[in-house]
Amino acid sequence: MHPALSVIFFTVTSGAGFGLYSLTAVLQLFRLGPSLDRTQLLVALVTSLVLIIAGLLSSTGHLANPKNAWRSFMRVKTSWLSREAVLAVAFFPFAFLYLIGVIFYGAHVPIFFVTMGLIGIIFGFITVFATGMIYACLKTMRQWNTPLVPANYLLMGLTLGALIHMAIEAYFGADLQFISGVAGTALVMTGVMKGIYYFWIDRVSGPTINTATTFTRARVRLLDTGHTAGTFLTEEFGYQISEGLRSVLRTLVFVLGFILPLILVALAAYLAPGAGAFALAVTAVVSSYVGKMIERWLFFAEARHVVNLYHGAQHT
Amino acid sequence: MRLGLVIDLDTCVGCHACAVACKQWNTSGTTGPLTDYRPYGEDPSGVWFNRIRHYEVGDYPNSKTINFPMSCMHCEDADCVTVCPTGASYKRKEDGVVLVDQTKCMGCNYCSWACPYGARELDRESGTMKKCTLCIDRIYDESLAEIDRQPACVITCPAHARFFGDFDDADSEVSRLVRERDGMQLMPELGYNPTNRYLPPRINTPIPTDDVRRPSLAGKVKQWVNKAVAR
Repeated sequence: MHPALSVIFFTVTSGAGFGLYSLTAVLQLFRLGPSLDRTQLLVALVTSLVLIIAGLLSSTGHLANPKNAWRSFMRVKTSWLSREAVLAVAFFPFAFLYLIGVIFYGAHVPIFFVTMGLIGIIFGFITVFATGMIYACLKTMRQWNTPLVPANYLLMGLTLGALIHMAIEAYFGADLQFISGVAGTALVMTGVMKGIYYFWIDRVSGPTINTATTFTRARVRLLDTGHTAGTFLTEEFGYQISEGLRSVLRTLVFVLGFILPLILVALAAYLAPGAGAFALAVTAVVSSYVGKMIERWLFFAEARHVVNLYHGAQHT
Repeated sequence: MRLGLVIDLDTCVGCHACAVACKQWNTSGTTGPLTDYRPYGEDPSGVWFNRIRHYEVGDYPNSKTINFPMSCMHCEDADCVTVCPTGASYKRKEDGVVLVDQTKCMGCNYCSWACPYGARELDRESGTMKKCTLCIDRIYDESLAEIDRQPACVITCPAHARFFGDFDDADSEVSRLVRERDGMQLMPELGYNPTNRYLPPRINTPIPTDDVRRPSLAGKVKQWVNKAVAR
């Protein structure tokens, strides 16, 4: 699949935003970890909303006809893309009500605003799930058609959210023991999950050139594609990366996305709160963000659409 | 009604006439124009509803060249319709034809991702998705003679390898062909239940050569001399 930068930026960034929002709200509402004051909460919530909005705006970048984008709310009954759009919009009223609660009451928000925050968390999670399902529901790409995909989207968002939350706490000189544990656990779980995904998609399964052409009792070879230059199909679905580049990028996903941040998070937890810990936490965020951008790029580049069978691929 | 095509892989000669006729008709049809990019440049490209590929099936000497025309299969369970977030992509209840409403499409490519047959192509000029309409503006045109109310690809096919009709009607030509010659669906395991069917090549008995007379000694000498003497 041709990797579109706007979609890669959108899924990583708004995923991180939803992760940060959910984590901030959960930690506050259930009184977990060091309690944050009004300013710290506001910084975390506003950052998450900025990330979400920036991501959603970028998602319109890959539309060929954006003037009809408003129509994408029309088919909630059948389309995951439509569901995602509606859920993302439904998230905002609750998120803003919770934000207003924090603005007026600081760390001790009344029960009404707490409820709004909780509903916001639920909508945020389902939105990210819907984003994953946009890909997972397609039977045409076996690398996407697995429940591991929405699980991966949710975990990736949560991990980045935890890291950003930690950087914000570090900036305000809070005690990092609790949040570093959360971030570390999230990093390990997400990394292992990604490993499972790579293990899974490396096995060949699904349609072959034989079922695609109905000739199941003989070898089928492409003689000629019938066109002399590229078409929409070859441009959109014919994208391929070399074995070498793929293994380099997969290694980078683990090193930048999970291993390096894990070390930095652990180091930051041992340091006394201050500029050093903050610098480590920010480096962890940047490293993990870059790793996850590479991960998302690979997610697209590695997916093989079944239409490639008609262009000579023996299996997907 | 369930309208669709039957394509005979035995008689298709791979001449691309169907693709050209399709482009010609539909470029001025309901979803037209079918844009061409850089038509006189180094890598010309453009929107086509119908593409023909060529395959070698089996290994030499037991191999056969198969010409393989593909357009929209007008699937019974069309994912391109269910995934469309705007409702631009729809399947007509009355005849099963899958169409794209050009005024609603936002060009997100999602339907083309969902289609396993590569039937949908984005028109980069209009920013909308385009696909085979089964010549909807032709098959219902009552000003045309009855015989002309068929898709352009079917009418033009010089090998008579394409048939158009109603699969719900057991007596129609398409139903009869599918029944008699084992009409196949492409990638049935994906569960899209495509309406269009492909007829496999007929199994031909080899032409007997036993009765061909062996050349006489004089004939062999003549043959050798003919080969040896440069003209």
